[in-house]
Amino acid sequence: MLRVSGIETRPYASIVTEAGARLFDLLKPPVLATQDYFTLTGRAVQNVVRRPFYADDLFLQMDIIGVGSLPIVILIGLFTGAVMSLQMARALETYGATGQVGQIVSITLVRELGPVLTSILVAGRNASGIASELGSMKVTEQIDAMRALGTDPVKKLVTPRIAATALMLPVLTVIADFVGLVGGYIVASLLLNLTASQFWTSAWRILEWNDLTQGLLKPFIFALVVSSVGCFYGLRTTGGTQGVGRSTTQAVVAASVWIFICDLFLTRIFVSLARMS
Amino acid sequence: MPDATDDSVVRFENVTVVFDDLKALDGISFEIRRGQTRIIFGAAASGKSVMLKTALGLVRPASGRVFLFGQDITGMSEEQMFTLRGRVGVLFQEGGLFDSLTIEENVAYPVVNRATAPEERNGDVTNRVREALRFVELEHTLEKVPSELSGGMRRRVGIARAMVTEPALMLYDSPSAGLDPITANTIMALIVKARDTRNTTIAIVTHRYQDGHIMADFRYNPESGELEPAPRESGIQERTVFMVLRDGCLVFEGTRDELNRQHDPYVARFRITRQ
Repeated sequence: MLRVSGIETRPYASIVTEAGARLFDLLKPPVLATQDYFTLTGRAVQNVVRRPFYADDLFLQMDIIGVGSLPIVILIGLFTGAVMSLQMARALETYGATGQVGQIVSITLVRELGPVLTSILVAGRNASGIASELGSMKVTEQIDAMRALGTDPVKKLVTPRIAATALMLPVLTVIADFVGLVGGYIVASLLLNLTASQFWTSAWRILEWNDLTQGLLKPFIFALVVSSVGCFYGLRTTGGTQGVGRSTTQAVVAASVWIFICDLFLTRIFVSLARMS
Repeated sequence: MPDATDDSVVRFENVTVVFDDLKALDGISFEIRRGQTRIIFGAAASGKSVMLKTALGLVRPASGRVFLFGQDITGMSEEQMFTLRGRVGVLFQEGGLFDSLTIEENVAYPVVNRATAPEERNGDVTNRVREALRFVELEHTLEKVPSELSGGMRRRVGIARAMVTEPALMLYDSPSAGLDPITANTIMALIVKARDTRNTTIAIVTHRYQDGHIMADFRYNPESGELEPAPRESGIQERTVFMVLRDGCLVFEGTRDELNRQHDPYVARFRITRQ
């Protein structure tokens, strides 16, 4: 110890070392969690082409995630399209261009709102469901039992959920887009007096391949995020029923945040591609 | 520590298991030989369950080596271990029954999962499941799901599932924990019955000294279908070895008589006296 004017001070190197150690301790858990997440997701994706295939589990998950989410996706899609139509009409009225409502609703839904809203809904409904189901299995030692009985839990539980979400979320998004356009048309027809031909022709013609590609690729990527995050938090559950609740909340929050982060980067890529073409 | 022999079923060599910064097992060494019954005593959080999971390769040691049926499983991949685990039956503390499957599907799971031939998948499975459930006197629950059964019945189904493949080694994680004394004794009686009728090697983790008493001092009488006191010459007491864990450390290993001579207050809690 150095002593300066009666106050004990520690050597600079010791402070730096201690700060480094604390920083390391602080960073270690998130770095390990990230590593575990990518290891789990990597193994799950590899298992898609490895035997045995659990087809029954895949179809069951497709039913739970796809068919189960359909009513809420339709409902939200319909009202989103209707609200979009109302809001856009108000803005376009200023320029006397209410006839272009179909274009704007179409672009907004296909490029952004369809994929993001549907994914957020599926995250709220299924990432939580996956996390709580796997979390319950973890705390009741069903995962250990599965391993002890010679089944790889990643292959049996994680891969079917990721594959089912990746297959169903783009389909749900297409449905949400279409229903949203129907909602937009209903408003445009009843309140703005637009004809069906006016609305649907402008809504269809404005769409380019770039829009359709990102409208399908985004939900596919978001599906990987939603399902893998749900599985990850479920499988690392500890602490009994309280832990299951914690994992469920964490899964929904993390999946929702990552959807928006991924959306930003994907949109940036597609905007660049559109400019190049 | 004796050298590993052909009849070595489980062998720990200076095994340490660490969770975060906590040592769940601290330099544990022991060997379970074929035909032995190993009773592992310890208070809550002493590392008993971790020890069983480590023996099965479900938990990886930070240091030391674990041998199962003579094979070093310390560095084995999950896939490599599946074959070895097929020779082990496990009853988990929480039961570990799959709550989305019926009792029949639960008990059939190990058979179906390991069967490769279609005829083995279909033909023999039902008979084996029924036989295993008959053994634990729960043949009438085939169509039920685990949530419809009591805690004791779920534990019995767990035993049926563990023994349906007739494994060479049975691991029981706190089989009587959380059960009333009568149900706990029923479960222990089933374990004695399985030991004496199938001659399996057994490791039981428990905190109840009564469980050790039943395992060391009783045997199954196939004629009466009941347990009866085991005479000295039956060899059961020689084949029953006791271990006591405290805070992840092995503080006692020996026979029933050696355990009864212990004066350490912690170890003495698990002393067995013939009643």
